[in-house]
Amino acid sequence: MSPWLQHLPAVPIVVPLLAAAAILFLAERARALRVAVACVSILVQLVAAILLLALTTEAFPDIWSRGVGAYAIGGWQAPFGIVLVIDRLTGLMLILSAVVGLAAFVNSLAYWDRVGPHFHTLLQLLLAGVNGAFLTGDLFNLFVCFEVLLAASYGLLLHGSNAQRVKSGLHYIVVNLVGSLLFLIGVSLIYGVTGTLNMADLPARAAALSHADRSLFDAAVAILGVAFLTKAGCWPLNFWLPGAYAAASAPVAAVFAILTKVGVYALLRLGSLIGSADALAHAEGSALLRPDLFHGGLYYLGIATMGYGIFGTIAAQQLSRLVGYSVILSTGLVLTVMGLDHPPLLAPALFYLVGSVLATAAFFMLVGMTDRARRTPTAREPAPPAIPAGGTPGGYVPFGVRRTPAPHAEDDEVGVAIPGAMVFMGLMFVCCVLLVTGSPPLSGFVAKFALLSAAVHAAAGASWATAAWMLVFMTLAAGLASLVALTRIGMRLFWSVTGRNTPRLRVFEAAPVAILVLLCIALTLAAGPAMQFLEDTAASLRAPRIYIETVLTGEDAP
Amino acid sequence: MEILFAIAIGILSGSGVWLLLRPRTFQMIVGLALLSYAVNLFIFGMGRLAIGKAPIVAPGAADPALYADPLPQALVLTAIVIGFATTALLLVVLLVARGLTGTDHVDGRESQ
Repeated sequence: MSPWLQHLPAVPIVVPLLAAAAILFLAERARALRVAVACVSILVQLVAAILLLALTTEAFPDIWSRGVGAYAIGGWQAPFGIVLVIDRLTGLMLILSAVVGLAAFVNSLAYWDRVGPHFHTLLQLLLAGVNGAFLTGDLFNLFVCFEVLLAASYGLLLHGSNAQRVKSGLHYIVVNLVGSLLFLIGVSLIYGVTGTLNMADLPARAAALSHADRSLFDAAVAILGVAFLTKAGCWPLNFWLPGAYAAASAPVAAVFAILTKVGVYALLRLGSLIGSADALAHAEGSALLRPDLFHGGLYYLGIATMGYGIFGTIAAQQLSRLVGYSVILSTGLVLTVMGLDHPPLLAPALFYLVGSVLATAAFFMLVGMTDRARRTPTAREPAPPAIPAGGTPGGYVPFGVRRTPAPHAEDDEVGVAIPGAMVFMGLMFVCCVLLVTGSPPLSGFVAKFALLSAAVHAAAGASWATAAWMLVFMTLAAGLASLVALTRIGMRLFWSVTGRNTPRLRVFEAAPVAILVLLCIALTLAAGPAMQFLEDTAASLRAPRIYIETVLTGEDAP
Repeated sequence: MEILFAIAIGILSGSGVWLLLRPRTFQMIVGLALLSYAVNLFIFGMGRLAIGKAPIVAPGAADPALYADPLPQALVLTAIVIGFATTALLLVVLLVARGLTGTDHVDGRESQ
């Protein structure tokens, strides 16, 4: 492996950080330069992610031949140094974040990056945090990366602030701060008990714990789990989610589609590794942890999350809130599958996760466009509610809040307006509905069909048949509820003529939606190879031994 | 000493949680600050409490029992910095919310 290539795992973290800093130093006037830096950075991340994923597969048999690569930062060997670890799941998530980041970036160029300062800086920092959370191999850096992405997400949520954004932003920030405190308690307790923070070192240390320490360790893992579930949007910790996602501007909501999946990823990763600690403990005849409790808990939480999502979907009156509930539904489905702990179910669930991230991101951007169609021609953008003359009661003028929305005079110079805006939006709406509800013929259907077929096969004669049938029922009910709710809103949006004006769509705004939908269609067409790849991914999650050995010995490292 | 330490953490986190559940944004932020103090002390405690022991090992053979664990100290520094930054950000949001809604209720309007 060439000396340059061996530093590749650091690229998805370092490049956006440098780009964020560089953009800060460029003047606000030099918009073209800022946009160019941000664009290059995201493209580099995308290329690096694709390359990293390719290195873990059989495409490069002599590099990372076992599917896992470790990169010791500064050359300090794990478990003492900090490691970045790549396996197939990491590579997949990195690509997903780069794709969603790119789509949100292009979408923001149409309008949103000019309503407030530092949009591109914050987006780069967010991507750095997300990529870091996927790559990191130790718990404390996971915390730091979570904080980086959360801090950037606070700024992005408040971007173009109005009362609605500030209110839901406040809730979002407080909930996540409390989640971070729980995260810290869990991490430090794990360190206090086992003496390590390296995730690969954890299973062996945990398996060797005494009985008293083991229950402390279990409590620590449970606290950590609560923190992850909060970020993932699991019921009952998700009441902030629809409001925050609905209040965010379109590109921000689109990139938020990946944020809940960071929590899901952390649960998958730790579940895989700590599950192996149980295997070790069983082998030594000192089985102490109750894996049935972990999985049972996840299963019921997943079912409850789906139930909450179903009711929320039907009750939602706004399209943006409805899409927020579909994010909750997808989290619930993946949690339920993790809780069932049945190997053949995991690959379809991952397929569903990938498709749902792309689809919800496209949907959020589409919502931004349809919102404009429902406004009068004079108010093209969501204007902050008018602040009474003389400021607010008390005469206080909040800093950082513009009294008037940014003038939109240069509107038409930004890009060529595409004709047939309503036709395009209608078409994209139908595609997004098909994807989100899992109706044929798009990728959502492939994922749900594979999942249901695996569940029904597994349910035949198994002791947990009821649980599997429950999954089948909830999945179908979720699809039906979303279909009903989305059809209702779609009819109101596209078939009712009163008070509608046709917006001028710009290419920058429309293209990302179309590209994300096309990616989902490509995923449908290439469902066979994609599913094969995801089955390999799921298998590697079931066998974390290779991950652990690669990280701890450093062999197989470039 | 451990008992005293545990009681201190308990009081801090107890009052923090109580304040966090209050409807005023100011009470909430003070509650969060108290909670983060409690968590920082907790992290520190996870390195075992020791008095008069250096965290940096002198060159040559050393008995680990004579030294304090440096890692939790490093962790707690990071946690303090991050907590400080996010609290400052929350303060700004709190002021903006106060300005935009004209009330310091967390929901932006007084409950009925």
